[in-house]
Amino acid sequence: MNDAPASFRYVGKARRAREHRRFIAGSGRYVADVELPGMLHVALAASPHASARIGAIGRDAALALPGVRAVVTGAEIAAATEPMMSGLDLPKVLRWPLAVGEARYAGEWVAAVVAETRPLAEDAAELLDISYDALPAVVDPEAALRPEAPAVHPAHGSNLLYRRKFTWGPVAEIFAAATHRIQYRARWHRSATVPIETFGVVARWDASARLVEIWASVQMPKYSDQIARALKLPGNAVKVHYDIDVGGSYGGKRGLKHAVLAAYLARRLGAPVRLIEDRLENLRGGDAHGPDRIFDVEMAFDDDGTVRAMKMRALDDVGAYAGRAPFQLGKPVGAIVGPYRIAAVEYEPISVTTNKTPEEAVRGFGQAPTNFAIETGIDLVARRLGLDRIELRRRNMIRRDEFPYTIPSGSTYDSGDYDAVLQKALAAADYPALVARRDAARAQGKLAGIGISCCLEPSGGNSSFEPLLNPKNETTTWMEGCLVRIDAVGAIVAAMGTTSAGQGHETLLSTVVGEVLERDPESVRAVRADSLWALPSNSPVGSRMAIMLGAAAANAARKVKDQLLAIAAHRLGAGAAELSYRGGDVLLASDPARRITWDALVDIAHRKFHLLPPGMEPGLQALAVAEVPTGGSLPGPDGRVQMYPCYAFEAHVVYAEVDPVTGQTRLGKYVCGHDCGVMINPDIVYGMTYGGIAHGIGAALYERFAYDAEGQLVSGSFMDYLLPSAHEVPDIAIVDHCTPSPHTVFGQKGSGEAGYLGAPAAVASAVNDALSPMGLHVAELPMTPAALGELLAARDEEGK
Amino acid sequence: MSQHEIALTVNGRARRARVPARMSLVDFLRDELRLTGTHVGCEHGVCGACSVLMEGRPVRSCLVFAVQAEGTEIITVEGLAPDAEGLSILQDSFWELHALQCGYCTPGMLIAAHALLARNSAPSEDEIREAIGGNLCRCTGYKQIVDAVSLAARRMRGANRPEDAR
Repeated sequence: MNDAPASFRYVGKARRAREHRRFIAGSGRYVADVELPGMLHVALAASPHASARIGAIGRDAALALPGVRAVVTGAEIAAATEPMMSGLDLPKVLRWPLAVGEARYAGEWVAAVVAETRPLAEDAAELLDISYDALPAVVDPEAALRPEAPAVHPAHGSNLLYRRKFTWGPVAEIFAAATHRIQYRARWHRSATVPIETFGVVARWDASARLVEIWASVQMPKYSDQIARALKLPGNAVKVHYDIDVGGSYGGKRGLKHAVLAAYLARRLGAPVRLIEDRLENLRGGDAHGPDRIFDVEMAFDDDGTVRAMKMRALDDVGAYAGRAPFQLGKPVGAIVGPYRIAAVEYEPISVTTNKTPEEAVRGFGQAPTNFAIETGIDLVARRLGLDRIELRRRNMIRRDEFPYTIPSGSTYDSGDYDAVLQKALAAADYPALVARRDAARAQGKLAGIGISCCLEPSGGNSSFEPLLNPKNETTTWMEGCLVRIDAVGAIVAAMGTTSAGQGHETLLSTVVGEVLERDPESVRAVRADSLWALPSNSPVGSRMAIMLGAAAANAARKVKDQLLAIAAHRLGAGAAELSYRGGDVLLASDPARRITWDALVDIAHRKFHLLPPGMEPGLQALAVAEVPTGGSLPGPDGRVQMYPCYAFEAHVVYAEVDPVTGQTRLGKYVCGHDCGVMINPDIVYGMTYGGIAHGIGAALYERFAYDAEGQLVSGSFMDYLLPSAHEVPDIAIVDHCTPSPHTVFGQKGSGEAGYLGAPAAVASAVNDALSPMGLHVAELPMTPAALGELLAARDEEGK
Repeated sequence: MSQHEIALTVNGRARRARVPARMSLVDFLRDELRLTGTHVGCEHGVCGACSVLMEGRPVRSCLVFAVQAEGTEIITVEGLAPDAEGLSILQDSFWELHALQCGYCTPGMLIAAHALLARNSAPSEDEIREAIGGNLCRCTGYKQIVDAVSLAARRMRGANRPEDAR
C-alpha cells in the first residue's frame, strides 16, 4: 500500500521547518499578541477552600474602582449557558466556567472581574468580598470511594464516575495454573504538560453578524462545536481562528471553560475580552492536571519468564469535574499488553472524583502511566526469577513475523520489529561498556543503575475510547480534512483546519503536497482555515497528524493531480494510462516530446473552459477528508476494540546515579531506539522525541502537583513544580529503525508522543537498578530527590 | 499609582514614555512598544521566556520594572537580526538545526545564547548548557538548542563550511 522509502523526493529528507522563520524573528502570533480595539481584560477570584458553599459575593468595592466594568459569578453564568460537555454519561456532574453554588477545589474560579487593564482587574478581584462555608473535602482517591466519604457532587450520589471490569481471554484459568505470580502497586502521581505559554483566549462578539469570534491557545477536538453548545448558539455562530501560534500544549491546552467565559463576557459587555492565565491560575485553576493513578497489577508467568496473563486495576483521580479526562483510562486498552505476547488480560479502569484540580489530556492520553505500570512488572518478574531484564523482554516480545498481531483487548498492531530496535539501542549505548561503568561505580560505593524500557506508542488518534466508556456515544470516526488549491499563476496552497503547538504541520502539509504533486515544498504555502470554512479537523491529538492530515493532504493533492492528468489526456487525445506525470508536466509515455507543461495546464483550468474536458469544473482545487485507517466500528460487547491504527515502538536505555545523601538522580548516557515507520521530516520527529523524553524525565523525577491533607495545592509555582532544565536532561541519542505501516500513505506512523511513553518507565527502571543492591524497590513516580532521600535515610536508620 | 517618565534605548531606537511605577519591563515592551517577540511564561523569574539584554546582559524582564530600565540599552529578539529581512547567524542556526518547536521559549533562548556567544566564541557543551540553564523549554529536550548554539559559534568563528551544518 505504501511506496518504498527510497522512492521519495521530499518525504524523509532533512528540510527546514517552514514555520520557524517567524518564530526565530520574534514575529510569531500567539494569543497574547492579539490586540483588538477596546479590548477588556479578565482576572479571576479563586476559591481558597477545597470544598465550600459559596455565600454572598460583595462586589461594591471592586465595581467602584474606575475602569472596572463587571463582576460576573457562577450563578449568572449558569443561568445563561449550558453546562460544558462531559465525556462520560454523567448527567448529575455539572460543570460551568465558574463555580456554581459550591467550590469543589482550591483554586476553582468563583468570580470573573473585567476591567480596562489586567492589573486593574487583579486589583478589583482582591476587593471582592466572598463568603464561604467550608465543607469537608476528600483528597485521597481511595478514601473517596469509601461510603463515608463526602460526595464531591452530592447529586451524583458517590465519587465513583466509572468502573468496569474487562476480561479478555482465560485470565482466571491461567492464574490458577501459573507457576509464578507477582502482585504489585505502581503509583503515578499527578503531573501535567505545563507548557511555557499558559492558556489564553480572546473573544469578540459581533452583534450585527451575531457571531462569536475566538482566538485561543488551543489544541482541542470539536472546540467550536462545544463552545456553541455551551453558549446556546448555532454552530455557525462561532468562528474559531486557527491561525494562532500555540506556545506548547502536548495534549493539555483544552481551554473550553476559558472560551465559554470570555465569549459570554464579550457578548454581555459589547467589547472584546481577553483572558490570559497567569502561572498560578494556570497551575491551580487551569483544569489541566494530568493522570493521577494507582495501578494494582498481577502477572502470572512461567519459570522461563514467559508472562502468560495480567490483571490490572487502574484507579484514576480526575479531580473535581470530568470532561474528556476519564477517557484516558480507555485509550491504553489499545496497547494494554505493551510489546509483549501476554495472552489474557483483565483490566479494571476506575474513575474517581475528588476535591482537586480537574484532569485534562496529557501526551499519550494515559499510555505513559500504563507503560510505566507494565514495565515495572516486567522488571519485577526478572528480579523474581533472577533473569536478565533484557533477555526477559526479548522472550516475551511480539516477533517481527507475527504482525499483524491482535492483542487480547481486540486491537491489531500493524507492524514492528521490536527486537531489532532494542538491539540497535543497546548497541548504540554500548551496553557492555555501560554495565562495566555501572559496576565500577558500584565498586566505589555509588548507587548506579541502568534503566531499560520497551514501550508502544499507539498513533493515528481515533476516538474509540468514547463509545468504549460511554455507551450513549457512538463515535466511530475521527476524521481530518485538507484542501489543496493551485492558483491561476500555478502556486499551491494547502489548508488545514487546526492550530499547531510546535508539531510542524505547515512543514508536513508542504512536504506531503510537494511529494504528491512533485513540486518543491518550499513553493507550497500552508494556511489555516477558521472553523467556519468547513474543513473538518479533530486537532493534533493522539499522535495523529502525520497519519491523518498526511492522508488528507495526499488525497487532496492526488485529486488535483488527477484533474491535471484528465486535462492533459483531453488535450493530447490520449488515455490516462498512456500519460506520464513529471514534476507537474504531463507527457505521452510513448512520445515524451508531446507534453503539456504545468503552466499550460493551470492556464487551461483557470481560464480556458473551452479546452477543458466536458463536464469538468473550472479551477484547480480539491478537498479530501480522511477517515482513520482501521476505524469505523463500535467496540464489541466485551469491550474488544481496534483503538488506534498504527503502533510505533521505542526502546530506552539510560544510565543513572542516585546521590545517597540528597536523593538526587543524575542521568548519564541516554539512548532511545525508535521506530515510527517512515519519517516525513526526521528533524521534527527527533525534536518531539527528545522533548518527550525530557517531559518523561520530569514526570519520573521532579514534577508533581502535590496536595496537603486539606486539599491545598502546594506546588503552585515553578519554584515547587519543577520542570527539567538543560542541566537535568542529558545528551540524548536516538537510533532509528523503519518498519513502515501498511495502513498509511507513505508508511508513516505517528510520533508526537514519542519519548514520553517510555522515558518514565526507563528512568524508574534505572533508579531501581541502582537501589537493587540494597534490596530496595520503588514503584512511585515522581522519584523526587526528597522522596529518594527519605527512603535512603530510613534505610540507613534501619541499618544502625 | 504614581507615573514616571523614562527614557531608554530599545533595539537601537531612543524611546520615551510615561509608565506606572508597577509596570514590569516585559509589559512595557509588549503592551506599550508592541514588541511582542518577548514572551511571558511564569512572571516569577524562573522560566526565562521573557529574557532581554539590558546593557548587554540577559535579564528576566518580568522581574525588572520599566522604571529600572531608565537610561539603559535594551535589546529584544526583534533586535538580533541585522535588518528586517535578515537573520543573525545564531537565529539561522536555530532554524537549520530545528532548535525550536512551538517557538514560545525561543526568543529567551536566543537572548541567552547571544549573550554567551558575545563573551565566549568557542563554548563547550557544558558552557552552553550552563548559559541556557535558566531558560525552560518544554518542546525540545534542549539537545537541538545546544547543537544550534555550537553550530552558530563555529560559523561565527569564521569556519562557516558546509560540513559545519550537520
